[in-house]
Amino acid sequence: MQIEELKIKITALFPTVVFAEGTQWLTLNIEPTEWLPLAKQLRNEDALYFDFLSCLTCVDWKTHLTMVYHLDSTKYRHTIVVKVKLDAAKPEIETVSTIWKTAESHEREVYEMFGVNFLNHPDLRLMILPDGWEGKNPLRKDFEDPINMIRL
Amino acid sequence: MKWQCADKKKIKTVWNFSLSKIAGDVDQWLHQTFNPTWALVAEMVIVGVGVIGLFAALGLVLVLMERRVAAWIQIRLGPNRVGPKGLLQSLADTVKLLVKEGMTPGGADKFLFNLAPFIAMIVAMLLMAPIVFAKDFVIWDMNIGVLYVSAISSLSVIGILMAGWASNNKYSLMGAMRSGAQIVSYELSAGLSVLTIVILTGSLNLTDIINSQQNGWWIFKGHIPVIIAFVIFIIAVTAETNRAPFDLAEAESELTAGFHTEYSGMKFALFFLAEYINVFIVCAIGATIFLGGWMPFHIGNWNSFNHVMDYIPSSIWFFGKTFFLIFVIMWFRWTFPRLRIDQLLNLEWKYLLPISMFNILLATAMAILGWHF
Amino acid sequence: MVEELGITTEGDLQINVGPQHPATHGVLHLILTLNGETIKKVEPHLGYIHRSIEKMCESLTYRQFSYVTSRMDYLSSHINNNACALVVEKAMQIEVPERAKVIRVLVDELTRIASHELWWGAMAMDLGAFTPFFHAFRERESINDIMEETCGARLTMNYIVPGGLMQDIHPDFQKRVKHFIQLYKSKIDEYNEMVTGNIIFQNRMKGVGILSAEDAISYGVTGPAARGSGVSCDVRKMYPYEIYDKLDFNEVLETGCDSFARYMVRIREMNESVKIIEQLIDNIPEGDYQAKTKAVLKLPKGEFYQRVETARGELGVYIVSEGGTTPYRIKFRSPGFSNLSALDHMARGSKLGDLVAMMGTLDLVIPDIDR
Repeated sequence: MQIEELKIKITALFPTVVFAEGTQWLTLNIEPTEWLPLAKQLRNEDALYFDFLSCLTCVDWKTHLTMVYHLDSTKYRHTIVVKVKLDAAKPEIETVSTIWKTAESHEREVYEMFGVNFLNHPDLRLMILPDGWEGKNPLRKDFEDPINMIRL
Repeated sequence: MKWQCADKKKIKTVWNFSLSKIAGDVDQWLHQTFNPTWALVAEMVIVGVGVIGLFAALGLVLVLMERRVAAWIQIRLGPNRVGPKGLLQSLADTVKLLVKEGMTPGGADKFLFNLAPFIAMIVAMLLMAPIVFAKDFVIWDMNIGVLYVSAISSLSVIGILMAGWASNNKYSLMGAMRSGAQIVSYELSAGLSVLTIVILTGSLNLTDIINSQQNGWWIFKGHIPVIIAFVIFIIAVTAETNRAPFDLAEAESELTAGFHTEYSGMKFALFFLAEYINVFIVCAIGATIFLGGWMPFHIGNWNSFNHVMDYIPSSIWFFGKTFFLIFVIMWFRWTFPRLRIDQLLNLEWKYLLPISMFNILLATAMAILGWHF
Repeated sequence: MVEELGITTEGDLQINVGPQHPATHGVLHLILTLNGETIKKVEPHLGYIHRSIEKMCESLTYRQFSYVTSRMDYLSSHINNNACALVVEKAMQIEVPERAKVIRVLVDELTRIASHELWWGAMAMDLGAFTPFFHAFRERESINDIMEETCGARLTMNYIVPGGLMQDIHPDFQKRVKHFIQLYKSKIDEYNEMVTGNIIFQNRMKGVGILSAEDAISYGVTGPAARGSGVSCDVRKMYPYEIYDKLDFNEVLETGCDSFARYMVRIREMNESVKIIEQLIDNIPEGDYQAKTKAVLKLPKGEFYQRVETARGELGVYIVSEGGTTPYRIKFRSPGFSNLSALDHMARGSKLGDLVAMMGTLDLVIPDIDR
């Protein structure tokens, strides 16, 4: 029921979003350019009020990358998942660190692990990897390190 | 002055063991054997060796005591492997520190860096001079003993500042600056609380101060002003010796080891030793001026009890009281969390200093009106 | 030249706290910009203990991967394992026997108490009081003994597996847990006397590291750290798993927003955990400790997310499965990583000495941040 309600509310705001079927939570598939305006609406619209970005990550599908955002509302206790498909060769997306401050450090992690370029991010530098690892993205599927990686 | 008017009834003594007697015998023998100049030189050498020996012994004993007290408070055993019941543990540690390489960091100011631990040590040694270890047993019975102690003890900050600056380490520098602010501030309260007793006795001489307590220790006969002064004194000297809860200069969890971060081996050991000697000295001063120094514990007219107390040698009384105060200071260290730097300075300038100034007025009024016993 | 000395152009001092520093309890590296004693900026540098557990898990089977997670937040290893077990069970629709569920909650809560005990001691040690550390370890030791008997390890414990438990509890388990509860109740007042009531301690904690409720949510702070700001975020209450919805316990909330509030949340949370254990310890149902599962687990194609409440906050396990025996992508949303991101905001403008109080009450476990 909750999923249906949310679906109606979000469709009213964004008629173009595509919903995925058969998932644990309501899942939205959108284009990178739509993300920032949608995020602002999700956060600020009183009926939705997704104020808690609980998980921000990326999945490498070899052909493309997918950003996955898990959003919660501490007011209504509902959850949605937003998925944004990115180009594998030149992954770029607007930062949401202005909306949810926790995104700043999570986006830095995704930046170094997957090489996703977050536009307008205040401080996009390596945080976990040592200097000299710019451009090498360890969590991508095609990453190889013959010395340190042991295949079972 | 009161103590001069009081009859100096001789304490009945049946000493089996008396440091002053031994010192007298040695002095007599030297003067009989050599001419006066050589006798003086020989005495100086003996005193020098004695002080260094006492230093080493105190260092070993206090470190062991600290570890045992800590272990006792922290429900564990403490050192118990080296020697009988772990008594030789600190000796083993000293040997370890002696053979360790004394590193000097590359960017350090080598001269000041190496000088600093010795300054800390020399200051601690100089402070030994006016302390009355037993009845009539003192290295230099000077008439400005209290002034001397407050003057020299403020020099210890120079060693710390020097160490912090010369190490070329930001943690060390911050520790040194903290320590500077702290020692300079807390000296005021420590000095003012000592002055309370100076006002009551009318003398700066530590021997005179002890003699004035023949009919009762100041802590008992001085009423409220002396008790306030004693509490402030204990707080202030804990801060002055950089001991927890005022160990901001070395605040382990903030500044790793503060001013001695870069020191190792014997140079570190000298700082470590100087800290313990300073604790010993401030406690000795506290015991002397508030707790009657080597004076035995007497209760009014309980003559037989007082007589038994007199049998205990004066040096035992002195060391007993001093070690009791040391224990109190160790107890602080292992129970309290550390203060923050602004809280530390607030405590001094907003609370302790006004209280001790007011307390001095109170003590002066009491001394003039003769309200103490 | 100026940069070499670590002095910024404005004349501020930059110092490195860590990677080897007594207050960071691990290899956390913070670059502080200081004006005198006042903090102007905190910049965390991570990765000193990064093992890339997420990448490792991509080549481990669903039976193997939960063992790695014990090494993440090593103080709540059972709870991490529980999250992994739950997500696999949810995906494969395995019905876990009631006995296993009860025992899982019991060990989870024991782990939570052990973790908070360790935090309490380490917190006091950060503030310069060494003694509480030993007192805390005395009680934690008895939990470790219970765990050692039942699951064979004392720190990185692996007991909860997909489908139930690795083995049944030790026959002495109930007796020893009851003994521990008795011991704990006699000691908690001592804790409060020694630390909570201490005037120096209160002055160090009150009004330090203010984190408002809005900021806590925005920074993604969860667990006791957020509950100290009055944010209700206990996963055990909000999104109940195992049998938490049938248990009687309260979500601990404080509204002080400062370090002392976060401290009190953890102290009170230990009492709630004891309450949960007391409800369950005599009511462990008889039966199997493990559901019948296939030797090789294969998750259906899809995405699975499970959140649990560890001692530090919300742990999320996100698995993307392609239908094989190993996960295609796995993401651990660790509480420590998000909580750390709020440190800069909290610390600006306070003194260097306050930083340890803030780090202490955020309860940072470095392998949890680095993964």
